[in-house]
Amino acid sequence: MITIKKLHKSYPIGKDFLHVLKGIDLEVKEGEFVSIMGSSGSGKSTLLNILGLLDVHDEGEYYLNGQLIHDLDERKAAILRNKFLGFVFQSFNLISYKTAVENVALPLYYKGLGRKERHEKALEYLEKVGLKEWANHLPNELSGGQKQRVAIARALVTEPKVILADEPTGALDSATSDTVMEILGDINKEGMTIVVITHEEDIAEMTHRIVRLKDGIITSDEKTNQKVN
Amino acid sequence: MLKNIFDKDTWQEISEVLRKNKFRTAVTMLGVFWGVFLLVSLLGAARGLKNKFDQELGDFATNSVFIWAQTTSKPFKGFQKGRPITLNLKDVEIIRNGVEGVEYVVPRNQTTSTVKYKTRKVSFGISGDYPFLAEVQKQNLVFGRFIDHLDVEEKRKVCVISVDVYRQLFNEGEYVIGRYISINDINFKIVGLNKNGRNGPSDDINIPFTTFQEIYNKGEDISWMMITANSGYNINDVENQAKTLLKIAHNINPEDTRALGSFNFGELFKKLTGFLSGMQFLTIFVGISTLIAGVFAIGNILLITVKERTKEIGVRRALGAKPLEIKMQIILESVTLTLFAGVLGIIFGGFILYLINAFSENSPEPILVNASVSIPIVLAALGTLILMGSLIGLIPAHRAIIIKPIDALREE
Ligand SMILES: Nc1ncnc2c1ncn2[C@@H]1O[C@H](COP(=O)(O)OP(=O)(O)OP(=O)(O)O)[C@@H](O)[C@H]1O
Ligand SMILES: [Mg+2]
Repeated sequence: MITIKKLHKSYPIGKDFLHVLKGIDLEVKEGEFVSIMGSSGSGKSTLLNILGLLDVHDEGEYYLNGQLIHDLDERKAAILRNKFLGFVFQSFNLISYKTAVENVALPLYYKGLGRKERHEKALEYLEKVGLKEWANHLPNELSGGQKQRVAIARALVTEPKVILADEPTGALDSATSDTVMEILGDINKEGMTIVVITHEEDIAEMTHRIVRLKDGIITSDEKTNQKVN
Repeated sequence: MLKNIFDKDTWQEISEVLRKNKFRTAVTMLGVFWGVFLLVSLLGAARGLKNKFDQELGDFATNSVFIWAQTTSKPFKGFQKGRPITLNLKDVEIIRNGVEGVEYVVPRNQTTSTVKYKTRKVSFGISGDYPFLAEVQKQNLVFGRFIDHLDVEEKRKVCVISVDVYRQLFNEGEYVIGRYISINDINFKIVGLNKNGRNGPSDDINIPFTTFQEIYNKGEDISWMMITANSGYNINDVENQAKTLLKIAHNINPEDTRALGSFNFGELFKKLTGFLSGMQFLTIFVGISTLIAGVFAIGNILLITVKERTKEIGVRRALGAKPLEIKMQIILESVTLTLFAGVLGIIFGGFILYLINAFSENSPEPILVNASVSIPIVLAALGTLILMGSLIGLIPAHRAIIIKPIDALREE
């Protein structure tokens, strides 16, 4: 599903460059549930943003679903994101003036679906994360965990190939974190490929594989004790 | 991309954004609303003022001049100054034949006489007229007809009376065509009831020119004449030429400016039209400047809101919004705001004009008559608004997509 080879990324800092990713090789197969760990500044988010086509790499190769990602313009990137990728952010990133169901329906709007179909599908996915009764509430009427579940429903609604989550539990207490991880686990059981960034060992232990980053290189890549379906 | 504009969902998305940010939307629209409102109400008022002038003066041909004779103020060819001059029918012929560009020369005689009907007795102005007076001063007949050629030829004792005369001599509702009134102790048959314009020399009663000559013993003399110029000729030139000829015919010193009196409607009209176009220009200028300022305000506020919405736009892009879709949305937001504000401005402006007209109708001497704005102007304004709205929307639209999605998402 995801294959990267010798991936490099630097950020320009004034006249200098900050070399953040220093040759990453990684393969994520379809249906895998992977967590990426590493200390702050190790380049986790940078990697995930490149995987998510939100940012571009400098060197190396990136294949998404077998397609070489190279010289994408914004339009093509947008189409690929809409088709293949679902995002879950630490800060939820729900649109504040849209209700839960409207937020979930938004990616379908950009996919070109009709209003009724969007609404039905959005409701269906809200039900999946257990929030059907909250469909018509605005984000500020929801708890953190509920917001993140709406965000997950939004990521899922287009039926993407991969879910990319940057510290999805970073803003949640541990009980809520567990619920969110359980939902992600369930989705994975249905065959979804998921990549999660986390700081917490116990969260990472709930995935099937932990990739550890340090200073822009992978230091370890191990299976966890979780039973793979 | 065009498909997007006609897509119901695009508009639903835009209306949602605008509806759910009501305060922002209202503030954004204020400038354009005010501009259009000003434009519509001021233009309407200017139109109303023009209509008012038209109504007051519209009965007279706009390219006409009245000429009458007074007394000389300078000696000439052995004549002393202070000599009274009287115009006559020969002068009419002289001007008809000798001045280039004259359309009509209408001689008129006027006097005051006692008019009687049954027991009522009132003094009115009597005019001796030719039928073609109607060509230079519109006659608004309520009933009957104006003086005609046979009346003049046969020196008939017929008359056209004004509504004013009617009110004073007859009872309301009485049908008067065919009735006889006595003018100067001679019976005249009423053939027409005339509703005169409010201004200009008052015509209480018109009788045939020849009849007037006979009963008042006027001979060839006339009180004054009305001259109109053919289109393409300057009424001032016609006036000057006519006066020159009259001065020669009556041995008046060419330098004498008092001997002949005149009233030039063309001049008056030019001044009024100049004043009105000046006013119209001013209103258009003020309105359009306000409008442009309003549109810029929309652009400016959208630019600010795009900045505020950077993160939202980043999220939309992460969810698969193509740059063109984002651009289009912001441009359409701009157009919608502009247009909506414009339409509101037109509605409120129209409402004000409606109120003005409602008040005017109930007032005996309205300042404005039928204050209104024409549909083409409204349509042109709306078209311009759409154009300006989309142009100004380009700026925030560009700003919205120039930032990379990842940087947009990082924004707090
Ligand atoms: N847009 C940018 N411009 C310049 N430097 C950046 C930019 N984004 C990230 N960096 C730098 O790159 C390094 C890696 O950042 P990254 O966000 O990938 O770290 P991270 O592993 O996600 O850290 P954290 O756990 O704190 O989220 C950091 O030193 C960061 O300061
Ligand atoms: Mg990070």
